[in-house]
Amino acid sequence: MLYINCPHCGLRSQNEFAYGGDATVKRPELNKEISDQEWDNFVYLRKSPRGKHLELWHHVSGCRQWIKVERDTSTHEIFKTYKANEAIE
Amino acid sequence: MQKYSVFSLIKNAFSDHQNWEVAWKDPTPKKEYDVIIIGGGGHGLATAYYLAKEHNITNVAIIEKGWIGGGNVGRNTTIIRSNYMHDENGLFSEFGMDLWRKMSQDLNYNVMFSPRGIINLAHSDAQMNAYSRRGNSMRLNGIDAVLLNREEVQKLIPMADFSDNVRFPIFGGLMQPSAGTARHDAVAWGYARQADSMGVDIIQNCEVTGFDVSNGKILGVRTSKGDIKAKKVGLCVAGSTNILAEMLNMTLPIETHLLQACVSEPIKPLLDHVVTFGAGHFYCSQSDKGEMVMGGDLDGYNSYSQRGNLPTLQHVLTEGIAMFPFLSKLKMLRTWGGIMDMSMDGSPIIDKTHINGLYLNCGWCYGGFKATPASGWTFAHTIAQDRVHDLNAGYSLNRFSTGNLIDEKGLGTKTWIS
Repeated sequence: MLYINCPHCGLRSQNEFAYGGDATVKRPELNKEISDQEWDNFVYLRKSPRGKHLELWHHVSGCRQWIKVERDTSTHEIFKTYKANEAIE
Repeated sequence: MQKYSVFSLIKNAFSDHQNWEVAWKDPTPKKEYDVIIIGGGGHGLATAYYLAKEHNITNVAIIEKGWIGGGNVGRNTTIIRSNYMHDENGLFSEFGMDLWRKMSQDLNYNVMFSPRGIINLAHSDAQMNAYSRRGNSMRLNGIDAVLLNREEVQKLIPMADFSDNVRFPIFGGLMQPSAGTARHDAVAWGYARQADSMGVDIIQNCEVTGFDVSNGKILGVRTSKGDIKAKKVGLCVAGSTNILAEMLNMTLPIETHLLQACVSEPIKPLLDHVVTFGAGHFYCSQSDKGEMVMGGDLDGYNSYSQRGNLPTLQHVLTEGIAMFPFLSKLKMLRTWGGIMDMSMDGSPIIDKTHINGLYLNCGWCYGGFKATPASGWTFAHTIAQDRVHDLNAGYSLNRFSTGNLIDEKGLGTKTWIS
């Protein structure tokens, strides 16, 4: 069982959350001319690192907020969690 | 190579089975090979075997970080099928079915291929319509498919829940009678033994630490046992694909996710087929030892851990009990996990890359085991001829940017859901 520290609600079990994937993927800016390659990068290409991974989780059975979680993909250790709009250094 | 037969078995019985030849050697790597295959799993071993057998390329090394057959070929639920709707998947897998049928003779190794049939259960009229469409697509591609109604399913698997007032009543199912199972370890060992006998070097406990690329051409690989030169290099590393891709500065349409499987304690023969639950993600068959072999959903977040987490297992088995209520009475014997190379459309990639002499075989999601022979055969062709075969032409790396996706389930890029 993973325990995720929701920045809004505190420590909760993974059963309350839904996964949302890589949080570093950025949608290209609206109304900007972009190449197929840029679109491909956004929609399909993923680093999927072994080690630290910044990812989105949805506290769907809790406060219903999207949050960012920094987690290790080989040990499942969770280092830090952030509100969705929080700046990440 | 010593041929396995009833006569060699009797002969060796007289010497207490002490004098069997080793099945494959443990060579030190040479300075240079024509082809290096990274990954000593089912696909890598099969690729080396078909390179030697079909293309007469025997100066080949397989480099494996752990031991051969210790990854997903030793961790799957052994299901073999070709019940796909799309032409690319159907024709590729059906070609593989033919290789499966001949495999034990071809490899002189009993892989215990058991074409017991797979039944996909349907739990609504809409699902029956979808299965009828899928079955018709399969038959157009020469794959056997039978649409079963509720009574026909009940005759085949009376232990499923046919009672009234269930949440997901069984409306019928789609069956592929020629699908089945095989002994997964034997597949790896059979390919390894034959490849070795034709001159392939199987190098275990050898980790790839980097690549030697110059002017867009592959020159060799760096390993924990030293640098090895190669004219061509093929990647067959499933869940570890992204780790090697990073060394090559490549970003791929793949995420690595964790999938669990489990077996119950062994019981008397009960279930003749492979059965999948249609209202969720659960599948079940009975092994020759009597264990119920079960699997289902991914754990649902990026992971390289090869160890599962209990909430997913509980979820999957809840579905299992909805389908086969008797499962609740069984004790769990063993659970384990493997890491899947989940592609963004659920279909694999067997292709050349932008680096000359570097070939990619990945994205098997959780359908890798059944694809072992066809994957090895087509990947060997792609490497030997430096061009893709018609069978794997659809499995191109650039299909994501060109929009030619093969999305069997129409689930899109949320790989952890598919």
